[in-house]
Amino acid sequence: MGYFLRRLLATVPVMAVVAVLVFLLIHLSPGDPAALIAGDLATADDIAKLHVALGLDQPLWKQFAIWVGNLLTGNLGVSIFTQVPVSELLAQRIEPTLAIAAFTMLITILVAVPLGTLAAYRAGSWIDRFVMLFAVLAFSLPVFLVGYLLIYGFAIKLDWFPVQGYVRFAEGPGKWLQSLVLPCVNLALVYIALVTRMTRATVLEVLHEDYIRTAWAKGLGVLPVLGHALRNAAIPIATTIGVGIALLIGGVVVTETVYAIPGVGRLVIDSVQRHDYPVIQSVLLLSAGVYVLINLLIDLSYRLFDPRIRY
Amino acid sequence: MRLKQLAAAATLLAAALAPTLGHAQTKTLRFVAHADLKILDPTFTTAYISRNFGYMVYDTLFAQDEHGQPKPQMVDKWTTSRDGLTWTFTLRPGQKFSDGKDVTAADAVASVQRWMVRDSFGTALKKAGAEWSTIDAKTFKLQLKEPFGMVLDALAKPSGFPPVVMPERLAKMPTTTPLTEVVGSGPYLFKRDEWVPGSKTVFVRNPNYAARSEPPSGLAGSKKSHFDRIEWLYLPDSNSAVSALKKGEVDFIEQVPADYITPLRSDPNVKLLSAGTQQAQLIMNQLHPPFNNARVRQAVLKAVSQERFNAAMGYPLDMRMRYCATYFICGSANDTAAGSEPYRTPDVAKAREMLKAAGYKGEKVALLVPSDVPYLNALGLVALQTMKNMGLNVEPVNMDWASIGARRAKKDVPESGGWSAYVTVANEFAINSPIVSTYLSAACGNTLPGWPCDEKLDELRTAWIREGVPARRKQLLDAFQVRAYEAVPYINLGQYTPAAAARKELKGADKLWSGIPNLWVLDK
Repeated sequence: MGYFLRRLLATVPVMAVVAVLVFLLIHLSPGDPAALIAGDLATADDIAKLHVALGLDQPLWKQFAIWVGNLLTGNLGVSIFTQVPVSELLAQRIEPTLAIAAFTMLITILVAVPLGTLAAYRAGSWIDRFVMLFAVLAFSLPVFLVGYLLIYGFAIKLDWFPVQGYVRFAEGPGKWLQSLVLPCVNLALVYIALVTRMTRATVLEVLHEDYIRTAWAKGLGVLPVLGHALRNAAIPIATTIGVGIALLIGGVVVTETVYAIPGVGRLVIDSVQRHDYPVIQSVLLLSAGVYVLINLLIDLSYRLFDPRIRY
Repeated sequence: MRLKQLAAAATLLAAALAPTLGHAQTKTLRFVAHADLKILDPTFTTAYISRNFGYMVYDTLFAQDEHGQPKPQMVDKWTTSRDGLTWTFTLRPGQKFSDGKDVTAADAVASVQRWMVRDSFGTALKKAGAEWSTIDAKTFKLQLKEPFGMVLDALAKPSGFPPVVMPERLAKMPTTTPLTEVVGSGPYLFKRDEWVPGSKTVFVRNPNYAARSEPPSGLAGSKKSHFDRIEWLYLPDSNSAVSALKKGEVDFIEQVPADYITPLRSDPNVKLLSAGTQQAQLIMNQLHPPFNNARVRQAVLKAVSQERFNAAMGYPLDMRMRYCATYFICGSANDTAAGSEPYRTPDVAKAREMLKAAGYKGEKVALLVPSDVPYLNALGLVALQTMKNMGLNVEPVNMDWASIGARRAKKDVPESGGWSAYVTVANEFAINSPIVSTYLSAACGNTLPGWPCDEKLDELRTAWIREGVPARRKQLLDAFQVRAYEAVPYINLGQYTPAAAARKELKGADKLWSGIPNLWVLDK
């Protein structure tokens, strides 16, 4: 518990640095939200008035102080463009993002871990070569290209899934699941490739250890031995999966764009394109927080796989 | 026992996977909008998406019919004095806002006053001394100090900043920030609770909407909707949008990217429609050399091949004009070739001579090239090449549209963070007369980026606005355009027609009008 608290406290300076960097990067980049809001035919006078109304005429340090002050009271601010609270925008976007992250990782774990283990067990065989070829292809093909192929095959030709859109769970679990399949399979291919290769490499290393040889010598079956090997190889695999989850929650823009899913990734990109400062700042800060938290959870999970680890 | 558990689990799974019937009886139109809705106030921004939103939820006092004629919409009757300086209007009975309150003359007056502050037509009306006042709950008056030939056209104008009617309490809010509360008397209600900015905007039929008895025509007539629910979807990936249309997941795409027009033409389930008319434009900064010199601007005009600019955007041949002589819209009531003759044939060699004769000393031209909007990028690159070919010392400044939006407001010299020129496009309603075309408003001291300043042009514009006699108006329009070709407040890079696409089974698509989604005409 002490370790957990120490790690949590250590995130505070990290988040402070992230907050300053995010704020400066966004505010010092060229572009003006007021000019965009006011429209193509706006005059310089219109834009100047809007600056005042939005508080963008204030010195940068003052804008930063206001933002941090609001953050400390749990207020993430309001979108400059839509005037919708950032917390509301995030609440709308978090369900699709979490659902995609969870399903993608579920598919990845269910497919990649057995596949990688099998490839390691049959290293050098045609099965191994086939699995590795699949992994290389899945990792190399651009996400959008695979997306278009999946849409063409499974949505247009076979009519099994919708082309685009996310259906909320509350609107019906069946439709919800249908709307998730293509984007999750699309994304999972990349992670399957990554985790399969990682699993193969680490399991292969473990399979050469003395204790595995002892296990074979004792006459244990294939599955118990592989299970034993997998547990000892689990730490790098868990790390890869954890980092994958963090990236997915941070937002996977291409997939969200191809399937028109209103997730966090699209929110960040849209906000960056229109310089919606409060949204970008809050979402990036939260993403950094999630990243730090997941890293912490990954570290804590190591003990599950290796009881010798002490914190 | 295990079998029973299995059966129960299967039943639960089947129930979960069964399609939900919630929206099954709701007649829904799924419409792919050209942009993401951000600003809910059409009186605040000229963004077309906000204007279109305005027409969904608000109504107007007058509206243009399919022939471009102003027709009464919220107004029932009106009269005008013999000298044309006094106008009285009476509202139709039975009109209510979405909050259930009656629409009153006070609401109409406050709304028009709000609009006059922002809009070019409204500003011109204000310049003519317009004073609005209420007479009783349903009647209001416009008193002018000077003749204004286009009162009804002003109240029916369909471009950015449409004169929509909202409750007085909202209309009197400051115009410096956009309104976020939406209370209109139009055909639809905005479902704020279902709004997902960046993804979806939902409307349902307004139960309080009081329709006119005339059939729909343009933006005029009845706006009674055939759909219970309309979903505006923002699908940023063109391939997904087109695939969704082919599959029938969406009913309509407001603007089909140029690359997809030809493939969609061969799809038997889809019909392609005109999405209005657009004009591509080159805006030049007239504060600094070299474009502070009208003769340099004339030289650029001589080098411009509208055909090349239009082709670069990728629209098929039948959707673009080879050459459009007018500053307004070719084929519209204001179509005129006056003054265009010297520039009808592009000639780069001649443009070089003109540039030299104008005294060009090799000053740097900072051309802002949009990097994130494909058709604007294409226009920017052709502009760059054209300027290079004619001998201008041009340097492209590549940046996203948001950054251009900020930079073009700067009056600094190009070397110190200012600019010389940029490209853009405008919808027909924003350019089809001297009054709505902001870039033809060359009043010296105006604050429009580019800062065109030509007293003679401004005088001719004012004369055209004041004139009420059609024949005389035509003469003044021609004189105005002749002067525009001399002063070159901006350059028309060509006229083209973007395409919309609809599912074949969608009825009424032929009544869609000039690129404004008057969705109440549709049915399926």
